[in-house]
Amino acid sequence: MSKNDILIKVNELYKVFGDNTNEALEMVKDGMSKDKLLEKCNCVLGLNNINLDIKKAKIQVVMGLSGSGKSTLIRHLNRLIEPTSGEIIVNNQDILSLSQKDLIQFRQNNMSMVFQKFALFPHKTVLQNVGYGLAIQNIPVNEWNGRAEKWISRVGLDGYETYYPGQLSGGMQQRVGLARALATDAEILLMDEAFSALDPLIRSEMQNILLDLQSELRKTIIFITHDLDEALKIGDRIAILRDGSMVQDSDPQKIIMQPADDYVSDFIKDINRARVIQAKSIMTASKSKSSGATVRDNMVLEDILQIMSDAPSKPVTIEDSKGKITGKIEMVNLIEGMKRPKSQGTNITG
Amino acid sequence: MDWFFNFPDMSRSDLREFKKSVDFAFTDFSRSYGAEIEGFFEPLLMFLVWFEKFFINTPWPLIIFGILVLAWIGSRSIPIVIGTFLSFMLIGYFGMWEDTMSTLAIILVATFLCISIGIPMGIAMARSNKVQAVIVPVLDVMQTIPSFVYLIPVVMLLGIGKVPGLIAVCIYAIPPIVRLTNLGIRLVDKDVLEAADSFGASYWQKLFGVQMPLALPTIFAGVNQTIMMALAMVVIASMIGVKGLGLPVLRAISNQYLALGLMNGLAIVILAIIFDRVTQKFGLRMQKYRNDGKD
Repeated sequence: MSKNDILIKVNELYKVFGDNTNEALEMVKDGMSKDKLLEKCNCVLGLNNINLDIKKAKIQVVMGLSGSGKSTLIRHLNRLIEPTSGEIIVNNQDILSLSQKDLIQFRQNNMSMVFQKFALFPHKTVLQNVGYGLAIQNIPVNEWNGRAEKWISRVGLDGYETYYPGQLSGGMQQRVGLARALATDAEILLMDEAFSALDPLIRSEMQNILLDLQSELRKTIIFITHDLDEALKIGDRIAILRDGSMVQDSDPQKIIMQPADDYVSDFIKDINRARVIQAKSIMTASKSKSSGATVRDNMVLEDILQIMSDAPSKPVTIEDSKGKITGKIEMVNLIEGMKRPKSQGTNITG
Repeated sequence: MDWFFNFPDMSRSDLREFKKSVDFAFTDFSRSYGAEIEGFFEPLLMFLVWFEKFFINTPWPLIIFGILVLAWIGSRSIPIVIGTFLSFMLIGYFGMWEDTMSTLAIILVATFLCISIGIPMGIAMARSNKVQAVIVPVLDVMQTIPSFVYLIPVVMLLGIGKVPGLIAVCIYAIPPIVRLTNLGIRLVDKDVLEAADSFGASYWQKLFGVQMPLALPTIFAGVNQTIMMALAMVVIASMIGVKGLGLPVLRAISNQYLALGLMNGLAIVILAIIFDRVTQKFGLRMQKYRNDGKD
């Protein structure tokens, strides 16, 4: 990975809520826990030494339970919340040094956000909502109307331009939220539990819309969720937070195969492993062709199982996206892969 | 044990001296600055006189027509327009046309003044907790102090007439619009404001594009209350020389004219009801997005 790939860099970020945060920060740096801190100086530890590199044009998922600090973290990226200490670099620019005026410019041009509770403007029509980010940049009405209409139709809401948000269903409202965020053409999209308030079918539909748009737009997306299935479906990389600290930040496959600690193990124990683990995660390296069928390295175990059940004794050959043979899988690997692993202990990145 | 049964109060002469010194200080103040202050309010007085003359001198059919058009623009409701028409015909028939016009003139000017001072004050309060902490007690005093008490210094400064009357009405009527503007802006959903922030909205863009429109229903309740309170003040204002429906009521009290008091009192009530219904309907229409976007 070259250095240029990284668009957002978060270094040693701390956030303490409460009075006398400097004193509290010192205590946190000396290793005081969240509970102790609350008890001792009535401060809440929001983020504890977060380091995160987010690559360009990828979807970085941040996961964690309620109160783990994920929403706090995402609001630091556009400075809706000011950190207690640390560094946030976006596009080689230290955003914490921006003046109020530059910050407004930065928010208008570089980042846009989608919210859990939609946060649409109830007094504006769908068209005005989607065009809001453009209208406040003093772009002429004719121009932003056209651009907003394009995005409304892109998220499948043609004909709803003059409706008010209150007249739309939850799923449609969040499409408006998504269109509003996309309309400014910002390179970075922050999504704060964007689909969590939707029912499962609509949620899955919205995930597909997002992936579909992403394959074309190649935005850098920071996606907050507490739903592991969602994280695995859309994430190029998953970071897991617990009590404000980063527990693991790695490839989704690695989270499932090598959970960093019991907390992560707990997180992944309920997923359907056969449906998410890919061939490359369990294969044994090999350059030569095996006796069985040949499949791509991103095929999930469930599908490989279908193929192997016809000829259980023949190992399957695995090839990468370029057609080069990289490994093989035997029945015993499949069984091994589906077993829940124990946590790996200390190694938290990889 | 004397102090236990009788409050150890100031001696009578000290108290008299104290009152005297306050009175003299204010008298001195009004003697030396009274002319300037009166001069400052001179344009307002001219306007008030002109505005009242305008209402009285315009032929009554034109006035009624104008009022009906405004009622229609405000309420878009046929029953309200018809009710307004009948009410004004009745007021005129019972010989209260001129007084009603005087009252209408001063109420409109007072409401306009209260809105143009009160809404910016409310915005300032919503923006800063410190400003709020300063203004709230002032509003409390304005709302609870008996009107007669602040009539005294106003009359000492400006004498008797329309301007002191207008000031007395405004002191009484301005608190609701200030309070409700502040409240309305503070009640705007934090999520929506955060969204505006995330797109890079400036303070003024948030204020006029998001906060004020969403606070409008509350602000409008404030305007409505301000008009009602201004109407309630017309009798007291008439004590310091404001012409209008209050004056006959005052005369009725001192002479025990039941019919006169009742008629003019009811005329004030009718004005209040018309103002209330029209402004409420207008307030409702401005938030059509709340009723599924249909008018």
